[in-house]
Amino acid sequence: MTQLSEFHSIPALGEALRARRVSAAELAADALRAARAHSDANVFLHIDDELTLAQAREADQALADGRAGPLTGIPIAHKDLFVTRGWRTTAASRMLADYVSPFDATVVDRLRQAGAVSLGKLSCDEFAMGSANENSAFGPVRNPWDAERIPGGSSGGSAAAVASGLVLGATGTDTGGSVRQPAAYCGVSGIKPTYGTVSRYGIIAYASSLDQAGPLARSARDLVPLLDAMSGFDPQDSTSLESCDGRSNAAGRIQADFDAAQAAFQAAGDLPLKGLRIGVPREFFNEGLAADVGAAIESALKVFESLGASRVDVSLPRTRLSIPAYYVIAPAEASSNLSRYDGVRYGHRAAQYTDLADMTSRSRSEGFGEEVRRRILVGTYVLSHGYYDAYYLQAQRVRRMIVDDFQQALSRDCDVIMGPVTPSTARRIGDNRQDPIADWLGDIYTLGVSLAGLPGMSIPCGFGGDSGKLPIGLQIVGRYFDEGRLLALADRYQQATDWHQRTPEHA
Amino acid sequence: MDWEIVIGLETHAQLSTQSKIFSRSSTRFGAEPNTQANAVDMALPGSLPAMNRGAVERAIQFGLAIGAQVAHRSVFARKNYFYPDLPKNYQISQFELPIVVGGRLSFFVGEQEHTINLTRAHLEEDAGKSLHEHFTGPHGESSSGIDLNRAGTPLLEIVTEPEMRSAAEAVAYARTLHGLVVWLGICDGNMQEGSFRCDANVSVRPRGQTAFGTRCEIKNLNSFRFLERAIQYEVRRQIELIEDGGKVVQETRLYDADRDETRSMRTKEDSDDYRYFPDPDLPPLIVSPEWIEQVRATLPELPAAKRARFESDMGLTAYDAAQLTLHRAVADYFESTAAALPAGQAKQAANWILGELSASLNRDGLEIAQSPVSPAQLAALITRIQDGTISTKIARDVFAAMWTGESGGDADAIIESKGLRQISDTGAIEAMIDQVLAANPAIVEEYHAGKQKAFNSLVGQVMKAAKGKANPQQVNTVLKQRLDA
Repeated sequence: MTQLSEFHSIPALGEALRARRVSAAELAADALRAARAHSDANVFLHIDDELTLAQAREADQALADGRAGPLTGIPIAHKDLFVTRGWRTTAASRMLADYVSPFDATVVDRLRQAGAVSLGKLSCDEFAMGSANENSAFGPVRNPWDAERIPGGSSGGSAAAVASGLVLGATGTDTGGSVRQPAAYCGVSGIKPTYGTVSRYGIIAYASSLDQAGPLARSARDLVPLLDAMSGFDPQDSTSLESCDGRSNAAGRIQADFDAAQAAFQAAGDLPLKGLRIGVPREFFNEGLAADVGAAIESALKVFESLGASRVDVSLPRTRLSIPAYYVIAPAEASSNLSRYDGVRYGHRAAQYTDLADMTSRSRSEGFGEEVRRRILVGTYVLSHGYYDAYYLQAQRVRRMIVDDFQQALSRDCDVIMGPVTPSTARRIGDNRQDPIADWLGDIYTLGVSLAGLPGMSIPCGFGGDSGKLPIGLQIVGRYFDEGRLLALADRYQQATDWHQRTPEHA
Repeated sequence: MDWEIVIGLETHAQLSTQSKIFSRSSTRFGAEPNTQANAVDMALPGSLPAMNRGAVERAIQFGLAIGAQVAHRSVFARKNYFYPDLPKNYQISQFELPIVVGGRLSFFVGEQEHTINLTRAHLEEDAGKSLHEHFTGPHGESSSGIDLNRAGTPLLEIVTEPEMRSAAEAVAYARTLHGLVVWLGICDGNMQEGSFRCDANVSVRPRGQTAFGTRCEIKNLNSFRFLERAIQYEVRRQIELIEDGGKVVQETRLYDADRDETRSMRTKEDSDDYRYFPDPDLPPLIVSPEWIEQVRATLPELPAAKRARFESDMGLTAYDAAQLTLHRAVADYFESTAAALPAGQAKQAANWILGELSASLNRDGLEIAQSPVSPAQLAALITRIQDGTISTKIARDVFAAMWTGESGGDADAIIESKGLRQISDTGAIEAMIDQVLAANPAIVEEYHAGKQKAFNSLVGQVMKAAKGKANPQQVNTVLKQRLDA
């Protein structure tokens, strides 16, 4: 019996599959058993053996025919924010508890075309609103490193599934940090590419101007084929980019850029990163940063320096403003994006109502959870007549300033920005129940990158917390369309360290 | 009190694209409910809008045709309100930055030429339809249904300045606008199917006052007759209200054609806050100068240019030229007819088309494209008047016969078979005149006594004897000669 847990990287498993030492179908069957055995962590929302095994058989056929690519037969899973034919798509909401999409999201389709085998749908915060995966209508997800703690969010199920070894890769979405933060809390690698790199078609919209999909995996090297398959222009998403700075946004770009950067590092010899200027924003090392996280980041920076990179002090003066700007813009867009859930055409409809307005109102009140209702109310308020200029327009102005801050740092002072992903390690489940704003403040290091639409990633760089066993993430932010180079940098770091190879004891 | 009426119109023209403004489903009218609604039109989770360039090009065509500015950059915004036939519960429209800014439209009200300034024209999507009547739910219960076939049909909303001063002027404007969008081919103009519908903003003020009165908006007027009657009713209502000491409340009203009255739909106080904001799913719409030039090259000759040419090159009056250029099919018909005639006879073609032909089309409820008489056939008829074969009066009879398809609509064949050829043989006319003079000595006496009426009476007798076929000019001349000899 082939076991998924015997393989620790996508290239290693891919090689075994292509050599026909293992079959995709056996692997998938084993992975489904493991996912079921792991159900107390509440990572998966929907599993369907037949759908998965059918994909695995297709992968085996492709392997037999010699049509296999780097992802053929690799077990992955999708955040339940990506619509899928077959598996239900709920966005972890009661509103869509029984919803089945008639089409696949572009990302889902592309990964399937690349041969990846989906194990099903992963839990997340309801409509991607949250940083703890506690805002799910189907219960919280447990952190594989400490079952009493949150995995982060909103792509908490994705990060936990990878950390637990249930899949080798997972899709996530990142609106204000929802790939990077759970990756950090669960000790896995995750990347949010430049806004417009990955099609949003088929991703249930939260905040359209910020939403961007990205993969989570064990290592930067594993992220490369995943992101490469996911990205590329899609005419169905008007905000997806055909090109950036003259380079085509097409499949193969990420891999090519990764290979080119790697070759350049190789050619540089003993100091592969010589000449690389790492900008360290002073605003990221404020009083809110926990000592253990700060120390882990310092150590990581030293590793980069030992590889030849230099460290420069940079300033992102509007960092603090990213919180109010984000929590105006994202709820504003969400309030409009979520108005389609009215119980008329699909989704939850209240059993009792007096008239049309009452039906809509009750269906929405019953269907949406507390955090979603809160953000809809905030968003409706900031867009309403008389408040629009003071809140929404003002937030857009701040957003442009934040873009300028990053642009200035990345064009003048440094080639890449590094810092913490989160102020501290994962908190306990239930801790901020009375204080939702506390979680909002925890997004301070990730929001700016989202507002600027820049590529950002998180890789494991140490452990902390009271037990000393909670993962800490290093955030790496690049210029627009710099994903391939960021992944190569992260890969260099991961060649020099083994944080990404650590696995939770009970996984 | 002398009241001045102030009217501004907002017209929704459905654009003639094959597919919807933000999705690939068909815009065809009349299909089974919800068979032309895809994931985007139904606002399924994860669906996103993608702009139809054809709709943009039609808006550009319109902008160029009315001499407006086509915006280099325009922005789609979301108009948020909950309604079951609006699947996203927001409408994608243009708010602060529309694609077409300004422009003007000229037309005749009676013999008087008017020009109205347009404020803007913007692109937006149509909503679906609620089905309340004759709708039963899945279990046979009385219920309401939603048909999303229309949802996402591209609309161009065309807004005028409040410059019109009568219902007749508003109707003349609307007819001209209708003619223009059909002329351009950007809208099929089918008002019964809702392809072209008007909202009228109506207010009144004492003549001489500069400030506007409080306005009411009458929604969804889908015929010119309803537009006219709704405005007339609304004007009367507002004047009576004010003269009775009341105040007009700003509100939206509906016109009830059966009762010929407008009724309040909602007042401004309970109107929605639409929470407009730029749609983050759609980047700003950029129209390059090159794109505008490409579209300009596809434009047909515009009504205004044709009108000017009909006046200067073909010698028509401004009024006739304007009437002939209201509809492209009419203008084309006129040009084909004129082309089949010798130079200098275009005026006759215009007279026939605006007179006999229009009357016959109206009577039979036909479009000019369905006319039983072709331009070539009409030209042949006019030629026979010009060469003296028949009189204008006889020509009307020939036309009527052509209309019914007699002799394949061939004027000459009808003239021959009915023996309508004009008698221009002087000998024959003289013989008839001599007979009439001999038979009516009393009337001849009266003529010599100076009664002009007597002459007309004798002409009538001659024409009667000739069964209307005698050349009237010749009858006049010869009769005069004989009497005065």
